[in-house]
Amino acid sequence: MEETLLDFDLRNKEEYIINMGPQHPSTHGVLRFEVCLQGEQIKYLRPHCGYIHRGIEKMSEALTYPQLIHLTDRMDYLSAHINNEAVALCVENAMGVEVSDRVKYIRTIFAELTRIASHQLWWCAFGMDLGALTTFFYGLRDREHILDIFEETTGSRLTQSFITPGGLMADVHPNFQKRIKEFITYFRKKLPEYDQLLTGNIIFRERTKGIGIMSKEAAIDYGVTGPSGRGSGFSCDIRKIAPYSAYPFVKFNEITLPDGDTYSRYVVRIKEMWESLNILEQLVDNIPQGPTMLELKAVKAPKGEYYQRVETARGELGVYIVSDGGPSPARIHYRTPNFSNLFVINKLAKGHKIADLVAISGSLDLVIPDIDR
Amino acid sequence: MALLKTIKAIGKYFYNIYDGVTSLARGMKVTGSYFVKPSTIVTQKYPENRATLKMFDNFKGELQLIHDENNKHSCNVCNTCARKCPNGSIEIIYKKVEGADGRTKKILDKYVYHLETCSFCGLCVPSCDEFALKFDQEFEHAVFDRSKLTKVLNKPGSSSKAMKE
Amino acid sequence: MYDFTPFIESITSYLNENLSPFWAGLISMVLLGVGILLFYAVLGLYLVYAERKICARMQNRMGPNRVGPGGIFQTIADLIKLLLKELIYIRNADSLLFNIAPFIVIVASIMAIGAIPFAKGLQAVDLNIGVLYILAISSMGVIGILIAGWASNSKYSVIGAMRSGAQVISYELSVGLALLGIITFAGSMQFSEIIASQEDGWWIFKGHIPAMIAFVIYLIAGTAETNRGPFDLAEAESELTAGFHTEYSGIKFAFFFLAEYMNMFIIAAIATTLFLGGWLPFHLFQWHGFNNVMDFIPPVFWFFGKTAFVIYLMMWFKWTFPRLRIDQLLALEWKYLLPINLMNLILIAFLTLMKWHF
Repeated sequence: MEETLLDFDLRNKEEYIINMGPQHPSTHGVLRFEVCLQGEQIKYLRPHCGYIHRGIEKMSEALTYPQLIHLTDRMDYLSAHINNEAVALCVENAMGVEVSDRVKYIRTIFAELTRIASHQLWWCAFGMDLGALTTFFYGLRDREHILDIFEETTGSRLTQSFITPGGLMADVHPNFQKRIKEFITYFRKKLPEYDQLLTGNIIFRERTKGIGIMSKEAAIDYGVTGPSGRGSGFSCDIRKIAPYSAYPFVKFNEITLPDGDTYSRYVVRIKEMWESLNILEQLVDNIPQGPTMLELKAVKAPKGEYYQRVETARGELGVYIVSDGGPSPARIHYRTPNFSNLFVINKLAKGHKIADLVAISGSLDLVIPDIDR
Repeated sequence: MALLKTIKAIGKYFYNIYDGVTSLARGMKVTGSYFVKPSTIVTQKYPENRATLKMFDNFKGELQLIHDENNKHSCNVCNTCARKCPNGSIEIIYKKVEGADGRTKKILDKYVYHLETCSFCGLCVPSCDEFALKFDQEFEHAVFDRSKLTKVLNKPGSSSKAMKE
Repeated sequence: MYDFTPFIESITSYLNENLSPFWAGLISMVLLGVGILLFYAVLGLYLVYAERKICARMQNRMGPNRVGPGGIFQTIADLIKLLLKELIYIRNADSLLFNIAPFIVIVASIMAIGAIPFAKGLQAVDLNIGVLYILAISSMGVIGILIAGWASNSKYSVIGAMRSGAQVISYELSVGLALLGIITFAGSMQFSEIIASQEDGWWIFKGHIPAMIAFVIYLIAGTAETNRGPFDLAEAESELTAGFHTEYSGIKFAFFFLAEYMNMFIIAAIATTLFLGGWLPFHLFQWHGFNNVMDFIPPVFWFFGKTAFVIYLMMWFKWTFPRLRIDQLLALEWKYLLPINLMNLILIAFLTLMKWHF
């Protein structure tokens, strides 16, 4: 039986506790790590979250379903479209309506673009944490192309609130398909550069191979989903298990690697970017015509409990709505992927050095507002 | 047997060196290639380029009431936008007047828009039946005085197209 | 053609004729000191500017471009800002050691400038043990770092200082052994004689493979010595703290910062002098026309041009590679660089004996 944090006792006088505090250049957001060190080795690690709790679930009880979409953008802001899609799908399933094919295709295109943008930001921040400061600028430079696509259609770069119960807020811009095709050709040339710069680099490999090994059992126990879980051999892609929107119409591979160390989690995300490009290519030319918004008299979920799972860039997001028949939910709860991914870090970081802690937390790809909501 | 292992270990040692050096050289080639190509610089010289800077048409900048050339806007005080707004950033102040047919009507006195609480969700603009609202492309919202963020959107002296006076 | 020796001789003879030997000596030392300090300060400022511009170009952006035309006054503005900052005094810190530490680091690196030959005759002091002198002086900088970490009375600083101290001491071995190879080729430790031995070709070409291996090892060990590039674990911001200089503010921090850039310059200058021919122009075989054109450019430009090239290589390393962890750093030195260095040295000794170099 593994020791819990409460059993630990600072009996050894050579140990000392330091804080990688809420303000720190390498934790991506306001998260506090309480680290107990002996020399350079980590003895235990306790994360403290809650610095950015804003009460999203409670606020949503006073808002109607179309109004609470704009709050979901701000949870995991790097997968904003996918969060919106989760709530929209949950409400549509509750009401028993189905959107047109055009809406499904466009929602999936946005989801895959968001996934690529999120992985680009992860890559640039990961390189920067390890000391390769140029990767930050290359990742952001490529991400600007995707943000331009978003801005042209939806009007915002980061928090779009575009996908709403019933369809989309507006139709896409006429330049949409052209820009996506340009982006696909551009990015297919740039992605091998990412490999040349970081993946094959011997310093990078030495710093990430064999660090922070998570076994498949640990991944299942802690509920680690998304690319972090798939890097340990846990096959958890919701797009394959319970497909939604246009995913039944496309062919793609689910990428799992058996090793479970930081390097595998890294490679899974890079390969996912390639797969997303393939999905985009299959979808972008075949968007069917149709209405972009259903004519709904009122967005009201009937009395009952409803659940919907989607695959964000970081793992499985679950939306649980308890409704009493009104226009607002009686209770809405989000099962966020980052909350489960965070707490496995104590198990992974034990016995490693401080420099490895930065690599491990970077490879788990945590976005803190998603933990605290 | 031990001799074979030693030879393999020595071979692996030299292979590690070769592999390491080539991987580092590949990384250096990428950054070096960007160094010699100044055409790949993506910085935009803001604020010098304000004259030529153009945002996209759909960009959600600041809410505006559309006024035509006769200074008439289309708001008919139905309060839909204020109800749709999730955080109460729209306040519609109206006054009642006697209409020509003897019934009291509501006309717009002040259309107050609180930029400080607006979350740019865009629910107000498509909800207006009269198409009275739009987002313009203004993105420089910073002010030194918070009271400047409470804006009145209907221009002075404007009247409503929707009301047939 | 360009020779500074008559110019310097004329100044010293003028002083000796008109004043007593004591005053002549004192005034010439004061002039030299002021000259070196000015050179050190200005070059340090512009090295920081050059780094920011070079790293910006590699990252697809412009560097500083607002303060002054093209941003050339940016570091001067930074210097003024640092001078105006409050010097924070730490309670419970050993105040004597705390205040001395930045000075030790700066003094060590200024003293090394004195022995570098910038052009023919433009050298402060031409010791017959020139290379040994420079190695000894740069070892003094370690003392400054360790004292800074200890006197700050903070556990982060001590960790950073210990890591940095271990790193610098280990890599000094590699630096010394790599330079020892060229000294074996040239037969002397005096800088002017080493340069004179390169008149028919730079050692990196004459010494073919062993000299190139020594050059690469010297570059790697040199960047590790100055806590730069992929070896900057001791002062990296994302690894908890700013290392041994966490508790320093204002001008004291500026000293550490400046000393790091000038150490980089010194390492590059030594590499230029020993491997790339110092201030000698680039001669191709016996093409007299080409050689005469090359001779026309003053040696000072050759020296600074070659040093700039080596500095550019060091900056290229820093901005491309991730950081090494402390145990990987030390493993690199003791398991890879040192054995290769020793074997290389034996090879060079053998080649010198057999005269199998060009």
